[in-house]
This record gives sequence, structure tokens and C-alpha cells, in this order.
Amino acid sequence: MLNEKIICAGFGGQGVMSMGMLITYAGMLEGKQVSWLPSYGVEMRGGTANCNVIVAEDAIGAPTVSNDATTAMVMNLPSLKKFENDLLKGGKLFINSSLIDVKSSREDIDVYYIPANEIAVSIGSGKVANLVMLGAYVAATNVVSIDSVKKALRKVFGASKEKMMPLNEAALQRGCDLVG
Amino acid sequence: MEKVLMKGNEAIGAAAIKAGCRYFFGYPITPQNEVPEYMAKELPKHGGVFLQAESEVAAINMVYGAAGAGARVMTSSSSPGLALKQEGLTYIAACELPCLVVNVVRGGPGLGGIQPAQSDYYQATRGGGNGDYKLIVLAPASLQELTDMVQEAFDLADYYRNPVMVLADGMIGQMMEPVAFGEIPQWTLPEKNWATTGTDGDRAPNVINSLFLAPEELEALNIRLQAKYQTIKANETRCEIYQLEDAEIVFTAYGTTARIVKNAIKILKAEGIKAGLIRPMTLWPFPEAAYQALPKTVKCILSVEMSCGQMVDDVRLAVESKVPVAFYGRSGGMIPTVDDIVAEAKQLLGR
Amino acid sequence: MAIVFEKTKGLSNVETHYCPGCTHGIIHRLVAEVLEEMDVLPKAIGVSPVGCSVLAFKYFNIDFQEATHGRAPAVATGIKRVHPDKVVFTYQGDGDLASIGTAEIVHAAHRSENITTIFVNNAIYGMTGGQMAPTTLPGQKSTTSPLGRDPKHAGMPLKISEMFATIPGTAYVERVSVHDPVSIRNAKKAIRKAFEYQVAGKGFAMVEVLSTCPTNWGLSPVDSLTWLKDNMIPYYPLGNYKTLEEVK
Repeated sequence: MLNEKIICAGFGGQGVMSMGMLITYAGMLEGKQVSWLPSYGVEMRGGTANCNVIVAEDAIGAPTVSNDATTAMVMNLPSLKKFENDLLKGGKLFINSSLIDVKSSREDIDVYYIPANEIAVSIGSGKVANLVMLGAYVAATNVVSIDSVKKALRKVFGASKEKMMPLNEAALQRGCDLVG
Repeated sequence: MEKVLMKGNEAIGAAAIKAGCRYFFGYPITPQNEVPEYMAKELPKHGGVFLQAESEVAAINMVYGAAGAGARVMTSSSSPGLALKQEGLTYIAACELPCLVVNVVRGGPGLGGIQPAQSDYYQATRGGGNGDYKLIVLAPASLQELTDMVQEAFDLADYYRNPVMVLADGMIGQMMEPVAFGEIPQWTLPEKNWATTGTDGDRAPNVINSLFLAPEELEALNIRLQAKYQTIKANETRCEIYQLEDAEIVFTAYGTTARIVKNAIKILKAEGIKAGLIRPMTLWPFPEAAYQALPKTVKCILSVEMSCGQMVDDVRLAVESKVPVAFYGRSGGMIPTVDDIVAEAKQLLGR
Repeated sequence: MAIVFEKTKGLSNVETHYCPGCTHGIIHRLVAEVLEEMDVLPKAIGVSPVGCSVLAFKYFNIDFQEATHGRAPAVATGIKRVHPDKVVFTYQGDGDLASIGTAEIVHAAHRSENITTIFVNNAIYGMTGGQMAPTTLPGQKSTTSPLGRDPKHAGMPLKISEMFATIPGTAYVERVSVHDPVSIRNAKKAIRKAFEYQVAGKGFAMVEVLSTCPTNWGLSPVDSLTWLKDNMIPYYPLGNYKTLEEVK
């Protein structure tokens, strides 16, 4: 039974909060149980930001993801070091290889190296690196569908960002293609 | 009913506006800042007033003024801020003014931290300020429950002419979950013919006051308040009973901690240990009866809190020594893990 | 028989608890008369403080809220924001306004809250038994300055009207006294202006009224009036401290 526990982590400004929010929204649109819990406070101002997302069939107990993550998406090196060991055996780790030049030390998980920033820059803006990662995640896990994520994009970013949609969708697709 | 994904603090604001709250007085403090921020943005659109006060003390006294003047009004804060509000709260309770106070609890004592905690249970349920008084204290465990409780809080407050507190930990305030703004029970509410609205020349003056220099008068007020508290106790005590049948161990927890406990119950069940949960949804009045109707299979009760042991006192009073009561808690913003709770339960049962 | 004088309808028939010779009674009457003459008694809402005038709600014949110590301006803010068309005022002493409630009164003025404040300054804590106030004069004896206020130890008395004139939000600040018939007439004029500005929506208005406390000063009522004139007025000069140009 689906009980996906995700950690999204990176520098403040890398879009890790919205990455998590998009999965959450997409899950809700598909009628799944969802929760999103941000780290908050001083660590948001400059250091590593992260959020916990749960997508499940059953009602969600604790909204926290501690040492029981099924997925971790890390956008920078401190995040890899902090969260790599929180993954359960058989979990999935997505590493932003544009900014992280080390390999995972875990051998009991699936590791995906995604050059997210390079791809994002190549299609127009480094700002969509988070969506490249998200695309890879969706293709690798199928926890939520790419269509739901596209719908969620409009909910999360609002109608005023409509002109960004082609770029956003392209970033998602490139991420998907990398894994799929 | 369409669901929307909202942050807890924003859901508090949205639910309050939906419930007809048009006045908000508050002061910034983490982790509840999204409540005043939401109200600053949304209340003017609904013809309401958001005012950032110079302090928590001023904010609660503005609430006193507005509630006394007959308005639906609220404030929100977090633990140290609530300590400052106690001065106004005892006056509000004494004058029987309806209002909503939200506490998005952070760790203490002192300035403490900003991570989630449940260490304001005493502050919320013992009155907090001077004198014999009670707030109705609601403890939501999900954002949907939070939304429903905030909406109903205003009716409860108006119906009983009593301040209501929603006690949420920092996690409830900061997390996002889908919520639907459904219809909540509609109460038949008394007219606020006691409010200071100006006499209009056609009635005797209304006075909002808690000064009674004659001991007989002050005792009469206390007797009346206590009678009201008994009625509230009889009518409004709420709790969730979860898998209590045949349970060997009964957990008790409120708010987000209860959600973590439910995960632990699932794991224990898989290992052949029957465990249940009593989740108080009103912290005052406390659901004492639930602890007196335990199945014979229960060997012990374990109170799990994000505090150093506060609600456990009420549990012990309610259990009246019929079953051993144990406590497990984390504090300072640390959150109990499922593994910790499972281990604690096994140790208690000698497994 | 022709009626030549009547007590104002703004006051109730409750006998006050004030000491013989205390000038609170005069100030109550001035406020009530002004509200009656302006025909706003039916829409007046008062806020009483903690201190000697804590029971003001019994003596006025209008809606009232009794506030926590010092917080009357915050309570009045709550009322006024709910009922912007009503006439809302605070009646506060020097301990309430100038000591424990400085934050609330400064910020009500700072926001230019459209309320009126009657600030009664008698240079002492009356109700609690004659302790030193922020406005107690240098050398003045009180139960907590038994040798007289020592400015090196307790600072110089706070000049509230002067201070409030510097706050951008105040529309009108005037200091008056009630030690003789002329000053009482002037005090009433100032109180009337302060309420008129509120009705006209001009913002925060305050009248500081120098007042006596025969009991705690240890003087007869008549000597108290003289003491006020000879000692308080030189340190707290009477007069207008601020009237916004557009208000005049």
C-alpha cells in the first residue's frame, strides 16, 4: 500500500519547498492522503531548507519524516550528508549532480544522479532546476502522475505565472526523459 | 466539497473569517506569523479590521474591548506571547466575553525555541492567569479538524459567553494538508444584549467589569462561573477513542502527537500487541469519563506528549489509580518518534 | 418653580467613593456635562482604569468597560475599531497612564486612534495608599519616597503633555487644572474640544487635568488646591501643547 515519505532538501532559494508542495498538491488532486511539513525558523534564512512530504493511501499519522524516508531529493551537498542515512533500505535518492560531485555511500538504495542545474540552464533558466528533479522523481516512482503535477503547477504558482508554464513543463519533461 | 491545500496558520485565518470573525489584534511571534499575515491581507476584503498591536498585552486588551463591544474577535500568538496575554485572559473570562485565542505552541521555558511543543498544557488548562476560571481548550490533530474547530470555537464562545482557546503545536501551524470548508453545526446563539454599544438612550448602561469589592458579590460571580463550567463539562467534552477494545496498553495523546501514536499502534499490532488510544479533543473540559471506562484487558496507560509531563496529571486524576499510568515525552522542539513510542510500550509490557 | 440648575444626565445617582476634597468629582462632572451638551451620551462608551477612578463606570450614566491596569487605551482601541461612530474615551490616572500603561497610551496616540483620553494627574498613587507616581514632584513625600522624591534615585517627574506633543499621531494635547473656578471653566473648554475633535474624526486627543489628593498629600482640601497651584503648575505649566493646524 502506498506510503511515500519524501524529504526535499537544498539551499534556501533552490525551490525545495515548492518541489514538495507540487507533489503534495498533485497527490491531493489524485484523491490521495497528503501532508507537507516545512522546516522553519532560522535555518530557512541562508542554510539548508527542507520539507517532509507524505503521500499515502491511508490516513497519515505523523506528518514528519525522520529515519523512515522512502525518497530523498537533495539539491546540495550539505543536504546529501544530512539526509542520506534517513532513507529506508530500497529507498530512492535523487542527487543534483550539477552541484554535488560526490557519489552516494549507500548500496542498499536506488540512486539517481540528475544534472538538474545544467539541464535547467540549457533550456532557459537555472531557476527550474527543482522541476527537472521533480520530473525525474515522477518518472522514477509514479507516485503521482506528470499530468497531476502540471495541474498542481498552476495551483501552486497561480495564474499570474502562466507565461512561465512552457518553461516549467519543459523542465519537468526533461527530468522525466532522463529517467524514463 | 472542494479541498484546498493550506498551511495550518492560514487555515486558522480562513476558518475564522468564514465563521464571521471580523476583528484581529495580534503581535508577531514565530511560529504563528502566517495567521496575522493572512488576516492583514484578507480581513479588509471582508470589511474587517486587522490591527498589529504594540505588544501581546495590548493585543489581548484590544480583544477585551472589541469582545465587550459585541464583535466576533480573535488573537493568536505562541507560548511566551500567551504568557503575556494571561493578564487580559483572566479579565475576559471574568467578564464572560466570547473570543478566540489561538496558541501555536513552541518549546519552553523562557524564550525557549521555535520548534513544535505541547508544553503549554498547564498554561492553557489551568487558566494561566489569576483566579478561578477556565477557557474551553480545543486541541486539533489535523488541519481539517483545526479548520472545523476554529469555526465552531466562535459559536461555543458566544453560546457560553466564554473565551475559547485553540491549542495547536508548531507542526499544526506550519504543515500543509488538504482542507474543506464544510458546513459546521449551527448554534442558536443568545443575543449580545450585554455589549457596550452605546445606550442609544433607550436602555440602562451596559458595564463590562470584573471588580467586585464586596466578597459576597465576588463569590456570587465565582459560583455562577463554576456552574457554567459544569454545564460546559457536561455538554462539550470531546475525545476520540481509537482501537480500545481488548487493548493491553492504552496510549493517550493529543494533537500531532496522537497521529504519531497511531503509527506506533499499527506497528505494535503487526507484532501482536493490542494497543489503543484515547485522544482528548477538548483539553478543558478533560474527557475524564473515557479513562474510567477502560476494558479489563488494559494493563497500563502511557501518556505521550511533547512536554516533560503535563497532561499526564489529568490522566492520573481521571484514572484514579485503577491502572498504572506512565509517561513518555520529548521536549524543546524534539518530536517523539514512532520507534521510541513502540519501544517504550514494549518495555512497559515487559515484551 | 423654575429649574435653574440640574445635575447632568451623564452622571448616575450613585454616591462616589472619592475622599472629601478630591477633584475627581469635578472632572467626572465636566466630562459628563460635555457629553450631554454635545448630545452624545447615547453613543458614548467610557473605559475606566485601575486606580482611584476604577469605579467610574458606576458614576457615569453611559456604557462602560473597566480595563486592566494601564491598558485602557488598548481596550478603547478595540471598542472604537468595532464602533467607529461611537464616542469612546479613557479616563486614567497618573499611575495607570504614565507608569504601567505607557506603552498602550503612546501607541494609541501613535496610531492616532480616534479616541479621547482624560488624564488625571495628581502626582501620587491614590487608591493603593499614597505611593510615588512617575509624576510625583522632586522632594514630594509619599509612602514609597518617605524622605521626598530624590531625582537622582527616581528620576525627574514625567511631563506627559510635553511628551505627547512630540508624537506625530496626536491631534490635540492640552494641560488644564481644576484648582479654581477659572481653571475649571478652561478645563471644560479643553475637554469639549477633545471630544469635538473625536466626533470630527481628527484623531487622538488628550487633556491632562492637574488634580488634588488631599488624603495622600496630607493636606486639607483648601490647602491642596493652593499646593497644586504653587507646586504643580510651575513644573507642569498649563496650556495647549498641540493642536494640529487642520484641526483648528
